[in-house]
Amino acid sequence: MAELEPKPFPPGRYPLIVVGSGPGGLQLTYCLTRLGIDHAVLSQDDAPGGMFRRWPVFQRMLSWTKPYTGFDRSSREYERYDWNSLLAEEESCRGVMPGVMDGTSYFPSRPEMERGLVLFAERTGVRVRYGCRWETTRKDAGGDLVLGTSDGEYRAPIVVFAVGVAQPFRPPIPGLADVPHYGELRSVESYADRRVFIIGKQNSGFEIASGLLPWARQIILASPSPAKLSVNTHSLVGVRARYVQPYEDSVLAGGVIILDASIEELKRAGTVYQVSTRNARENLSLVVEVDDVIAATGFTAPLRDLPELGVRTVGQSRLPVQTPFWESASVPGIYFAGTINQGSQGMMKHGIPSNSGAVQGYRYNARVLARHLAQAHFGVKTARRPMAADEVIPFMCAEARYGPELWHQRSYLAHVISIDADRGIVDEGISPLATFVDLEGPDGAAIALESNGHDDLYPIVYVRRHGAAVKEHLLPGHPLLDFERDEHRSAIAAALEPLLSPSLSRPRS
Amino acid sequence: MAVGELADTIAGFALFADLTTPQRENVVDVFTEQWFADEEKVLRQGFSGSGLYIVIDGAAAIRIDGVDRATLRAGDYFGEISCLLGEAPTADIVAIGALRCLVLPSTQVESFLKANPNIMFRLLQGEARKVRTTTKWLS
Repeated sequence: MAELEPKPFPPGRYPLIVVGSGPGGLQLTYCLTRLGIDHAVLSQDDAPGGMFRRWPVFQRMLSWTKPYTGFDRSSREYERYDWNSLLAEEESCRGVMPGVMDGTSYFPSRPEMERGLVLFAERTGVRVRYGCRWETTRKDAGGDLVLGTSDGEYRAPIVVFAVGVAQPFRPPIPGLADVPHYGELRSVESYADRRVFIIGKQNSGFEIASGLLPWARQIILASPSPAKLSVNTHSLVGVRARYVQPYEDSVLAGGVIILDASIEELKRAGTVYQVSTRNARENLSLVVEVDDVIAATGFTAPLRDLPELGVRTVGQSRLPVQTPFWESASVPGIYFAGTINQGSQGMMKHGIPSNSGAVQGYRYNARVLARHLAQAHFGVKTARRPMAADEVIPFMCAEARYGPELWHQRSYLAHVISIDADRGIVDEGISPLATFVDLEGPDGAAIALESNGHDDLYPIVYVRRHGAAVKEHLLPGHPLLDFERDEHRSAIAAALEPLLSPSLSRPRS
Repeated sequence: MAVGELADTIAGFALFADLTTPQRENVVDVFTEQWFADEEKVLRQGFSGSGLYIVIDGAAAIRIDGVDRATLRAGDYFGEISCLLGEAPTADIVAIGALRCLVLPSTQVESFLKANPNIMFRLLQGEARKVRTTTKWLS
């Protein structure tokens, strides 16, 4: 077992340090190791898994792993259907999750997810110093970041924090500090025949409501604005279908009440709570008496003293603001990995965020980040594959149909091909779309997938030519999501026509 | 920024002048807070997909074909025309220094405005002022 190994990485100076051993930290250290980047990994936990060692509280994931897809489970194409396995080059380390699931659901249980992460760590041999708690951060005169930890002092010019977004957040509502937060839920039996008020209408609130349906007498879910549902937003924004049952219970008047109201105050009155609410639209106040209140009011990133060091944050979750390559926008040398990558907003086309908050999104960020760190800070040149001109259009169609990075990180990660008269045609690999669109670079094209919030997803090609503004070309959708059809080949050919001249027909050495 | 703090901040903006505190909290709950670095693009000229943006603090340039035409500041909003017409933005919006905004995706703008007629009226007034300014400039 990885956790039984002697402690690696004693205190000292390292070229790079990763903090965290959840899926984000594991994925990043695996990718850095593959690229030959010397680094240390520190974790306050005793074993791999991060938040999945404890949560979700009702012990089943929201992200699916579809066992039967027609694709080999170690193939790249399979990743589109497997949201939970980490990425690896070695066949034995790929598609780990379906092998640990018992077949009762395509949503792994929490123990199955934890087991999958432990197996990944064991099979890939990633090394982590467990039981080493990061406590303080400062910069020394030489520009190194200095981490004070429970095991001593560590120094590095670059530190990547993969510390999750799982620190309970309570808004400053009078009386709220005294009620349990999501992770402090008691045993479900203790809510039998009780009236439960849940503050918050996101997945954590609906997860608790779903779990208490067989126990609570009455469940009230409340927050200022109406609940969003993922099936309506066509994205991971909103309550996932797995937790929608309380919503149906509410509309069919089964005992769940969903209030669109601000919570003004909570007062303890003997054995009950008086919850004061105010509806925004009619400005109506309503006081509700309940037996229990649960704060499902979200989570923040546990950044400790990083804001004092200058790390700028945004939003209620205190996410660090990040560049497209997940570096702090305000403190160079500090990077982020894992679910905290939500702070890099990307293109936000149609207002839809990336899937960087979930494993299936940030596992790809970690691979791109490792390559970026290797190139930008360690002078490692990763190989780029030359392409022939007649390869380009079929390749882009295939990426649109099967490329897992594009499927999981829509309008956020793209497959980039540079098309240059001197260098020829080169597959540049996966890159943040915003860097291709907004930064200068060689002529070329990027293919991505996109959702507009109401229709099925569709491919989109961005073309950069002669330093002019990048142009977008929307490709047709398809009812079966087959983007390798004549209409797609024709549309890509038309978009690339100014770039694909006969002189570029052969790859250069 | 916490919901209460944001709700207080937008109390001074013309668009939300008629709202009660719970209504402003509702606005903050529906919108998403975003932060942009200097020279970062918020909206891109000619690209599909837009949103209604409200500047919380900082400034942004309205840039058409690479030329800055005007500056947006706290309380100003942009993206509403592309949302209402379902068309691509006709300008880049580019952060000048650090810029903090609230954003509502274009897909939610219609239902939001219909549910908040006071905000719709204030937005209409804003559009009327823009038309008036353009008319004066043309005459």
